[in-house]
Amino acid sequence: MEKDQDKIINDVTTTEYKYGFYSDIAMDRIPKGLSEEVVRIISAKKNEPEWLLDFRLKSYRHWLTMKMPTWPNLKIPPINYQEIIFYAAPKERKNLKNIDDIDPELKRTFDKLGIPLEEQKHLAGVAVDAVIDSVSVKTTFKETLAEMGIIFCSFSDAVKEYPDLVKRYMGSVVPYTDNFFATLNSAVFSDGSFCYIPKGVRCPMELSTYFRINSANTGQFERTLLIADEESYVSYLEGCTAPSRDENQLHAAIVEIVAEKNAEVKYSTVQNWYPGDKEGKGGVFNFVTKRGMCKGENSKISWTQIETGSAITWKYPSCILRGDNSTGEFYSVAVTNNYQQADTGTKMTHIGKNTKSTIVSKGISAGHGQNSYRGLVKVLKNASNARNYSQCDSLLLGDKCGAHTFPYLEVDNSTAIVEHEATTSKIGEDQIFYCNQRGISTEDAIGLIVNGYAREVINKLPMEFAVEAQKLLQISLEGSVG
Amino acid sequence: MLIINNLKASIEGKSILKGISLEVKPGEIHAIMGPNGSGKSTLAAVLAGREFVEVTEGTITYLGKNLLDMSPEDRAKEGIFLGFQYPIEIPGVSMVNFMKTAINEHRKHNGLEPLSASDFLKLMRDKKELVEIDSKLANRSVNEGFSGGEKKKNEIFQMAMLEPKLAILDETDSGLDIDALRIVANGVNKLKHPDNSFIVITHYQRLLDYIIPDVVHVLYDGRIVKTAGKELALELEEKGYDWIKKEIENNVTA
Amino acid sequence: MIVKSEITEKYLELYKDNINKISGISSPFFNSFRAAAFDKFNELGIPTKKNEAYKYTNLNIFFDHDYENYFMPVPADFIKAEEFRCEVTDLDAYGIVLLNGFYPTLKEKLRQLPSGVWIGSLNEGAIQFADKFEKHFGKYAKSETDGLVHLNTSMASDGLFIFIPEGVNMTRPVQVVNLVQADNDTFNQPRNLIIAEKNSKFSIIICDHTLAPQKFLTNAVTEVFVGENAHFDIIRVQNEHNNACKITNTFIHQEKNSVTSSNNITLHGGLIRNNTYHYLGGEGAESYSYGLFLADKWQHIDNFVNVDHAFPHCTSNQLFKGVLDDMSTGAFNGRILVRPDAQGTFAYQKNNNILLTDDAKMDTKPQLEIFADDVKCSHGATIGQLDDDALFYLQSRGINKREARLMLMFGFAHEVIQNIKIEALRERMDNLVMQRLKGELSRCASCLVKCM
Repeated sequence: MEKDQDKIINDVTTTEYKYGFYSDIAMDRIPKGLSEEVVRIISAKKNEPEWLLDFRLKSYRHWLTMKMPTWPNLKIPPINYQEIIFYAAPKERKNLKNIDDIDPELKRTFDKLGIPLEEQKHLAGVAVDAVIDSVSVKTTFKETLAEMGIIFCSFSDAVKEYPDLVKRYMGSVVPYTDNFFATLNSAVFSDGSFCYIPKGVRCPMELSTYFRINSANTGQFERTLLIADEESYVSYLEGCTAPSRDENQLHAAIVEIVAEKNAEVKYSTVQNWYPGDKEGKGGVFNFVTKRGMCKGENSKISWTQIETGSAITWKYPSCILRGDNSTGEFYSVAVTNNYQQADTGTKMTHIGKNTKSTIVSKGISAGHGQNSYRGLVKVLKNASNARNYSQCDSLLLGDKCGAHTFPYLEVDNSTAIVEHEATTSKIGEDQIFYCNQRGISTEDAIGLIVNGYAREVINKLPMEFAVEAQKLLQISLEGSVG
Repeated sequence: MLIINNLKASIEGKSILKGISLEVKPGEIHAIMGPNGSGKSTLAAVLAGREFVEVTEGTITYLGKNLLDMSPEDRAKEGIFLGFQYPIEIPGVSMVNFMKTAINEHRKHNGLEPLSASDFLKLMRDKKELVEIDSKLANRSVNEGFSGGEKKKNEIFQMAMLEPKLAILDETDSGLDIDALRIVANGVNKLKHPDNSFIVITHYQRLLDYIIPDVVHVLYDGRIVKTAGKELALELEEKGYDWIKKEIENNVTA
Repeated sequence: MIVKSEITEKYLELYKDNINKISGISSPFFNSFRAAAFDKFNELGIPTKKNEAYKYTNLNIFFDHDYENYFMPVPADFIKAEEFRCEVTDLDAYGIVLLNGFYPTLKEKLRQLPSGVWIGSLNEGAIQFADKFEKHFGKYAKSETDGLVHLNTSMASDGLFIFIPEGVNMTRPVQVVNLVQADNDTFNQPRNLIIAEKNSKFSIIICDHTLAPQKFLTNAVTEVFVGENAHFDIIRVQNEHNNACKITNTFIHQEKNSVTSSNNITLHGGLIRNNTYHYLGGEGAESYSYGLFLADKWQHIDNFVNVDHAFPHCTSNQLFKGVLDDMSTGAFNGRILVRPDAQGTFAYQKNNNILLTDDAKMDTKPQLEIFADDVKCSHGATIGQLDDDALFYLQSRGINKREARLMLMFGFAHEVIQNIKIEALRERMDNLVMQRLKGELSRCASCLVKCM
C-alpha cells in the first residue's frame, strides 16, 4: 500500500505537458532588451496616441527606481531583463477581413489547443479573444455582442476606438506605481482584452480570452480591462498555455475590473502555462496583478482560479469593496507539482458598509512543489457590519513538498466579523481504504478525493470549463491523482 | 395566564405569523403541532423576546401585563421559560456559575436574598435527581460538547431549577432516543402542578404519549387552523398533515 | 526585509559607553557572547514596523526616549528586596522577588530550596554551576531577524538562574515577583536561564509589576532547557502601568518526550510584546502555548509565538485570546513550522479576539509552514463580537444584559485560564480577570505588593 502510493506519486512526475508544442508562425519581433527606446518602439508599433506613450514612459521611469519584492515565499532566480524580447507578434497580413486571412499555421495552433477561431466551430455561447505572444489575433462574436452595446475587443483596438473609456479606467484600480511587475507591465504591455458591458445589460455569453506564449525568449505582458456598468452582468474566462522550453519565460499581466452599482462580474481563470519539466527546468514565471473594484453599491466581483501551470506563480486577485453592500469572492485551487512554486491568495479590503467577502483556497502540493496561500482581509474603520469568512486548506501528496498559509487579518471596526480557518493534512488513508474496499483502485481513489476536495471551487466555474478544469487537475497530478 | 390576540410577526420583512389567538390558563398543557415552516418556532421566539422577529400586529398579555414591552430577562424573571430547539453552547461559562447567576437574578426579582453556595449546590443536586441528569454535566461549560440528548435534558434541568410559571418547550423531543424522551417527559410531568402551564411545541405525536395535553392546536402557514382535545394529536398521527392541508384547501374553495 | 530604526544608533553608543562596566560583573563565558551579539544587533537594529514580525507594533515610542540604564543593583535595592523576600506569596509557592530583573540578595546569592532546586542570580549560577551554565547559556536565544534578542545578549548584566537537577519533582511552584521600580525612567535588560534536567518537574509563576509611575522599558530574555521526559510550566502574569513597555523573549528548548506549557496572562500594561519560541527538539515532545490579554485605553498588546517542529511525533497547541476596549490595539503573530522530517506532527493554533469599541483595533497573522506530509495542522482566527445567540440564551434565563455580557467575556477568557494547572492560581486569575472585566483594579487582595 505504502509502496503503491509512492509509485503512484512518483508517476506524477513523469506526466508530460500536453500543450508544449511550438508553432512556426511568421513573426515580427523587436530586438531583446529593455530601455526607454524599446518602450517607444512598442508604442510606435501600435500607433499609439501620445497620452498612452506618456503613461508608458512614466511607468518605465518609475520602474527603474523599484526593486523586485522579496517578501513572497518563493525562490526566484534573477531575471535579466536585457535578455527578454518585449514585443513579438504574428506578421500582420494586409486587410485582415475574414477568417481566411489569418495565417493558417496560427489557426492550426488554436485548433490544436481546442480553441477554434471559426465561430461556427466554437463552443456555443462563448466569445473568444485569442492572444498570441504580444497581440490579439482574433476576437469572435464581436458583432453579435456589439448589437447589445457590449464592447469586446483587443486592448489595442479599444485604445483606438474607445480612448475615453480606456483613459478613464486604465490604472484606476491598479495604478502604474502599484508594484514591481505591474509597473513593468504598464511600461511595456503589448495587448490584451477590453470589455465594456453597458448599463442594464446581462451579457448573454461567456466572454473568454485565450493567451498563448509561442516565441522563444519572449515576455508576455498583456493587460485586461473589464468594466461592468450599472445593473450589468458578465462572466469572463481566461485560459493560458505555452510551449515547453528549457529557459524560463516571464508573464507579467494586469487585470483591472470595475463594477458599478448593482453590477456583477465573474472572472474565472484556468491557468496552465508550461510548468517546467520534472527537474524544474524551464517554465513560465507568472507574476500577475489582478484587482477588482466594487465601486458601486450592491456590486459583486467573484474571482475563480484553477492554477495548475507555471514554474512560479505570484498572484493575488483582489477586491476593493468600496460600495456599500458590495461583495467580493475568491475561489482558488492551486496545484504545485515537481518543482513548481506558488504564492497566491487574495486581498479583500472592506471600505463600504455591510460589505461581505468569502475566501476559499485549496492548495494541493505534490513532488517537490511549494504552495503558499497569502491573504489579507482588511476592515477599515467605517466599514460597519463587514463580514469575512476564509477557508484555506492544503493537501499534501508525498513528503518532499510543502504547504504554507500566511493570512493577515486587520480589523478596525468592532461590528466586523472576520473568521479564518485553515487545515493542512495529507490525503486520508482511511478514505483511500474505504474506496479500495468498494473496489476502486488507489489511483482512482486519489483522483476522486482530490476532485472532491476541489469541488467547492470547480463548481464556481462556468459549466463548460468546469469539466475542463477537472480534467486538467487530473492531468497535472496524473498518477497520484487520477 | 397568557392571552395572545391576533398576533402577526415577520422576519426580515417576510410575514411568518399571520394572526394567532390563543389563551393558556393556569395548570393547562397546550400542544402546538404543525408541519415544518408553519411558524411554531417563531411563535416561541416571540414569546421569549428574540429581537430578530418583528411583531407587526396584535397583543400578548401575560399575567395581566403587556409581554411585548418586556426585555427577555424580565420575561424570564416573571416566569417564562423557553426550552430551546437548539440550545446554545457557551464555552468557558460553567453550568454552575450560569445557573447560580440565573437563580439569584430570579431571587433578587422576587425580593429574596441570594442563595448560599451550599444551598445552591443542594438545590442543584435535588433537581438533578428529579430530572435524572448526569451529575458530571453540571461541571462542564454550558452545553459545550453535549450530545443532542444531553442538551435537551439540560434544558429540562434548567426548567426544574428556575420553576417557571409558563414553560415553552420548542421541539424538545426532536433528536431524542426513546430513553431520553422518557426522561424529558418525566421531568415535565414531575414539574407540573395546578399553577403552572406548558406550551409544548412538537412536530410529532410521540412526545404527547408521555405528556398528555389539555388542548392541541395545529399551526399551519402562520395561523392556528384547528384546535381540539388530545385526540387531535392521534388523528394527526394517523392521517398526517396532508389531511389538514386538504381540509383547509377545501374550505378555501368551498 | 530588515529595516533598522534610526534610534538604533543610540543603543550602539550605549553599548560602547558601558560594555566595560557590564563585563566587569559577568562571567567570562557570558562576556564571550557579547561582541558577536553586538555585531548582530548592529546589523538588525531595533525592529521597525517594516520588519514582518513587528508589522503591527511600533516600538519607537518607547525606544526613542532617554532612560537611566540599570546595569546593576545598588545596596539600597538589596534592602528593599529583602523586605519582600519569602513573605510575598500567598500561594503555596516559594517566593522570590526580583527588582528590575535582578536577584538582589545580600546573603546566599544562590540558595537551594528544600526540594533540591537551586535558585539565584545568573552571575552566581555561572560560577557555581559553570559546566551546566556553559552547556546551555546562549544556545537557545537565537534570532536571525530580531535585533532585540542580540541587544539583550550584548548588554544584559545579570538576571535569574534556576537549576532543577535530574529527577527532581518539585510539587510546589516557584513564584517570582518581578518588580520594576526606580526614581527615574529606566531601561532594564534582565537575562535568565532555567535548566530543567531530565525527568524533572517544575512550575514557575512570574508576576510582572511596576511599583512607580515612571516610564519603564524592559527587554528580557529567558532561556529554558527542558530535558528528556521533563515537565515544565511557565505562567506569566503581567500587571504593569500604562507607561511601561515590556518585551519578553522566552526561548523554550525541549528534548524528547518532554512536556511544557507557557501561559501569558496580560491584565494591564502600556506596550507589551511577548515573544515565545517553542523548539520541539526531540521525538514525542509536547508543547502548549496559551495567552490572554485584556486591553483598554491606549494599551497595545502583541503576542508572537513560534512553534518549531523539528522532530517527528511531536504535538503542539496554541490558544491566544484578546479582549479590546476603548482605543486599545492588539496583535497576534503565530507561526507553526513543521520541518521536513517532522512526520506524525499534530499542531494546532487558535486565536480569537473580541472588539468592544469602534476605536479598538486588532491585527492577527496566524501562519502555517509545513514541509512534511504526515501531519495534522490547523489554525483558526476570529475577530468579532460576543455571540448574540449566547447573549439571548443567558437573558432568556433571567440574567440581565450587562451581567450576561460580563459572563460571556469571562467565559471567553476562562478558556485560556482553565489551562493553568495550579488550582489556587487558576482561581486567582479568574478573579483578577473578572475584576478587570468589571473595570476594577485587578490586584491580588492579599498580595503585599501594591502594584500599579
